[in-house]
Amino acid sequence: MERFVLDRSGLDTLIAALSSAGYRVLGPTIREGAIVYGDVAAAADLPVGWTDVQGPGSYRLQRRADDRCFGFVVGPHSLKTLLFPPRRTLWNATREDGEIRFIPSQPNDEPLAVVGVRSCELAAMAVQDHVLIGDRYQDPDYVARRSRLFVVAVDCTDPGETCFCTSMGTGPGSKSGFDLALVEVLDENGHRFVGRVGSDLGSDLLDKVPHLPASDADVKQVGRMVSDAGERMGRAIRTAGLQELLADHRDAARWDEVAERCLACGNCTQVCPTCFCTTTEDVASLDAAEASRSRRWDTCFSLDFSYMGGKPQRASIKGRYRHWLTHKLSTWINQFGESGCVGCGRCIVWCPVGIDLTEEVAAIRREVGADA
Amino acid sequence: MLDLQDARTFPPEPLLPRPHRVSAVTVEAPSVVTLDMVPTDGDRPIRFRPGQIGMIGLPGVGEVPISFSSDPADTSMVSMTIRGVGAVTDALTGLQPDAAVGLRGPYGRAWPLGLTDDRDVLVIAGGLGMCPLRSLVTEAASRQGRLRSLSVLHGARTPSDLLFKVDLDAWRRRPEMKLFLTVDQPAADWTGEVGTVATLLDRAVVDPGNTLAMVCGPDVMLGVIGESLVTLGLGPGQVWVTMERNMKCAVGLCGHCQFGPFFLCKEGPVFGWEDVADLFRVSEV
Repeated sequence: MERFVLDRSGLDTLIAALSSAGYRVLGPTIREGAIVYGDVAAAADLPVGWTDVQGPGSYRLQRRADDRCFGFVVGPHSLKTLLFPPRRTLWNATREDGEIRFIPSQPNDEPLAVVGVRSCELAAMAVQDHVLIGDRYQDPDYVARRSRLFVVAVDCTDPGETCFCTSMGTGPGSKSGFDLALVEVLDENGHRFVGRVGSDLGSDLLDKVPHLPASDADVKQVGRMVSDAGERMGRAIRTAGLQELLADHRDAARWDEVAERCLACGNCTQVCPTCFCTTTEDVASLDAAEASRSRRWDTCFSLDFSYMGGKPQRASIKGRYRHWLTHKLSTWINQFGESGCVGCGRCIVWCPVGIDLTEEVAAIRREVGADA
Repeated sequence: MLDLQDARTFPPEPLLPRPHRVSAVTVEAPSVVTLDMVPTDGDRPIRFRPGQIGMIGLPGVGEVPISFSSDPADTSMVSMTIRGVGAVTDALTGLQPDAAVGLRGPYGRAWPLGLTDDRDVLVIAGGLGMCPLRSLVTEAASRQGRLRSLSVLHGARTPSDLLFKVDLDAWRRRPEMKLFLTVDQPAADWTGEVGTVATLLDRAVVDPGNTLAMVCGPDVMLGVIGESLVTLGLGPGQVWVTMERNMKCAVGLCGHCQFGPFFLCKEGPVFGWEDVADLFRVSEV
């Protein structure tokens, strides 16, 4: 794999090269007090010199003492926001002479380049790939967006308080799914990015950006930075036997306990980078001559989600929380051969009452004596 | 998995309905109607196997999952039998002949008709549960001679809630078929059984080792019947149930129809009882 070094201005050149290649370039930007994906014309549009301080039910931006371009972890957005947008019109229908004509919406194939993608994000994208395009029926809009995507990953060297990707095997270094991957280094030798090429597309792009080959020392240094970050991670989920633990203990008392705290607001499902559930909504013109159906992100925490024949199947918050967590960590493995959790910690941060799934799993383990 | 590098064209929208025209409306019971439908897009009608479902809807109103209830051998049209219980089904059950609807399908796993040869086939339907079983009985009856016997148990709240009365009369006259009808609340002129279908199992199951049961009804009924049939001696592969859940796509993408590890639209809606029995013992799965 080709290794290279970009200096700080090389990041600007990289963004410009992506733009010249026809991509709409997106990256982390500050908006409304959070770091979210937005259009990026130059490195100065990134949250340079900012960091995020995260905890259960808490997210704050703070000034850093340095000018790092990627000195933060993940915000409420994920690649899901870009590849599988919250709302999309599926089709329009017209009614003429008593007959309906259904016209499908065109998939959005605008080429996107995303800079600053974390390894947990790439792991989540792979999970969504399996759900949305891995089986018989595929989401055409996701296929379009996904097939035109260029990823510049940035490996993590400083985990957030709520991160637990190490235990989920998804980080902090990116393994696949990127075209280029960078590690940001800011030390006595200056501000630079030590990178890897992940695809032919990445290699072609790099040809347009002045760069130096990475030395063995560079490679060793960033390797150590990333693996140190993995070891400094404060949170973890023990995944051994987790699939059976949750499937076999739908009657655990802990579900009642967490239901006392859970507000069933659905925030966790909206920020989760893998949650894929959607509902449909119809809109009709007043004369009913035209109508459209769209899909939008849904949440299994709503009563409507399971509503059927006059009542919800999961009437209690206990039933809904248990469904969400059991799906994420257990039945997802039955369905797609992998966990639905990538260890990004967003659901912990954006939960208004700070419910921490790593703690819920540990509590169920303790309760059923599966601690050993 | 799709090869994204080569994605020059994109897959078709799986949630796009096909335009259909309602060719006939039959009132089956209070607030229950059967819609016969033919496509108006010039393509051939949907072909389905008994037990499979489709998504039927009206633009501007919404879409719901309903099982096909017509004879699968009739390739000129498809039927769905619908009870009005909400905005979409109320609109559908209010349709008149010639109305335009959107329909797509078929989806999901069908009844295991391949297992019926030489078996005592027992069809058990509670209320609207008769809908996905009507097409099964029609097809099973057409295999006359290959089955050892065919029994139909149909329970409903009142005699007027019994579905497909024309078919029931025809089935009753067939010597190779046994028909058991029961209601919870008998009318004055009711001469049949009173009580749930569960009370008839003892009489309907003659040779447990050779019986193949296919069951549809509300969850509570499925739980009771499933357990009862196992108690009577039916083993794995001999009891099949079909289920219903909220469903927005029917193609494995919307996530609504999950039941434990299963997507009803992919692994179901027909399940072997042994695969779901444990989940039926927990509420709100």
